[in-house]
Amino acid sequence: MDLNKKIVLPGEEIDINGFKQGNGLYFEDGKYYSYQLGLIQVYNNFVNIIPLSGKYFPSKNDKVIAKVIEIAPSFWVLDINSPYPAFLHVNDTPWKPSSGELAKILNVGDTVYAKVNEITESRQIWLSIKEPGLRKIEGGHIVTVQPSRVSRIIGKGGSMVNMIKESTGVKIQLGQNGVVWLDGEPEKVLEVIRILKFIEEESTASGLTDAVKSRLEKSR
Amino acid sequence: MSKGSDEIVYGLKRDYLEKISSKGTRIDGRSAIEYRPIVITPNYVIRAEGSADVKLGKTRVLVGVKMEPGEPFPDTPNQGVLTTNAELIPMASPTFEAGPPNEDSIELARVVDRSIRESKMIDLEKLVITPGEKVWIVYVDIHVLDYDGNLIDASQFGAVAALLNTTVPGSRYGMEDFPLPINHVPVITTFAKIGKQLFVDPSLEEEEVSSARLSIATDENGNIVAMQKGLSGSFTQEEVYSAIDKSIEIGKDIRKRLFGR
Repeated sequence: MDLNKKIVLPGEEIDINGFKQGNGLYFEDGKYYSYQLGLIQVYNNFVNIIPLSGKYFPSKNDKVIAKVIEIAPSFWVLDINSPYPAFLHVNDTPWKPSSGELAKILNVGDTVYAKVNEITESRQIWLSIKEPGLRKIEGGHIVTVQPSRVSRIIGKGGSMVNMIKESTGVKIQLGQNGVVWLDGEPEKVLEVIRILKFIEEESTASGLTDAVKSRLEKSR
Repeated sequence: MSKGSDEIVYGLKRDYLEKISSKGTRIDGRSAIEYRPIVITPNYVIRAEGSADVKLGKTRVLVGVKMEPGEPFPDTPNQGVLTTNAELIPMASPTFEAGPPNEDSIELARVVDRSIRESKMIDLEKLVITPGEKVWIVYVDIHVLDYDGNLIDASQFGAVAALLNTTVPGSRYGMEDFPLPINHVPVITTFAKIGKQLFVDPSLEEEEVSSARLSIATDENGNIVAMQKGLSGSFTQEEVYSAIDKSIEIGKDIRKRLFGR
């Protein structure tokens, strides 16, 4: 039976057919079951379940766009669109502020492009911006999409997102957590937002790249 | 934590909206005086005396009208009683909390109430059963089901739509049924100030970054029947005058489009 693109309900038994157990499944009494409502995807011999919607669950080395929500003596608390807050310690930034001056560098409401550095056993999420490309984001606009759709928006090897970038001239930065940063002409940004919503809704359709391409050409 | 993470706005989103507002552009491509699509389903709750389901973009409000006989207020023995109540339930938004009504839900109910009461929309004098003893009490209950900005307008349209199709249930109490006597149809228009521009029907994103809010209710004769200013920002005199002119114009269009009056 073809497992790919089958919709499963939470607790539904899945015959993984000799493949390995991936994300979104659990093992009980010799059988595999789904954790969530989602689509089955077989990739590299792993069976994963891609949730139809939901919050972002971080995994190590994901690059996310985070919003500062609180300032502590030596670290910031950030929102990464996940059920748990994330933390960013000053030692994991390129800056060296003296204590009590963290607000001068990143204040509440500021946005950073960061990497998930570590997830402790107690589900504490530690971020880092000590890597090329990671930074505080300034200017532009923020929109959110379903975290599970981010990979579809990027496309194979970035084909989809590069096509949108080239066609509209808008700078796009995607966070794995579903937060997207856009910078460009307001009309073009609006067009990109519409295309992102379109991809989000039609993400299960085949030939999506071509559909997006024709939309881009029409609006040009 | 003093503020929930959903209540903290991305600083750059605020900057972006203020930047594009200077050219009169909005994030969703609407013009400054354009409403989001409005869909009203009257009589949504069949067993209620009157009801309406309002969808304003992604904002969704359900308004129900309940009527029963009761005692009039001592100072108005020859008038029926109008009571408006609003509920902001947690289902509608992560920023709403369960519990007793808060500032926002009281403001919402009172602004809607004011537009109906001060426009004399309902002919309360025709709702008297025995003067000084027994009158009809009109309960307008506003339930917010989904919050994506501009609850005031959505709730007011819903309340008006619900009242327009309300039947007074006299037969239940040994009298005769009759349609609720209506004099006027007030329509409210809410403006949000972002940067130096005024925008009609702010979405949630726009509401989050706006500095001031102004709601103006007008009736079909172009009279101002209710006003409410919100948030900490300010309006200039010219802005208020232009908002009044626009609200009368928009009110006419909405009254015709939604209520056929």
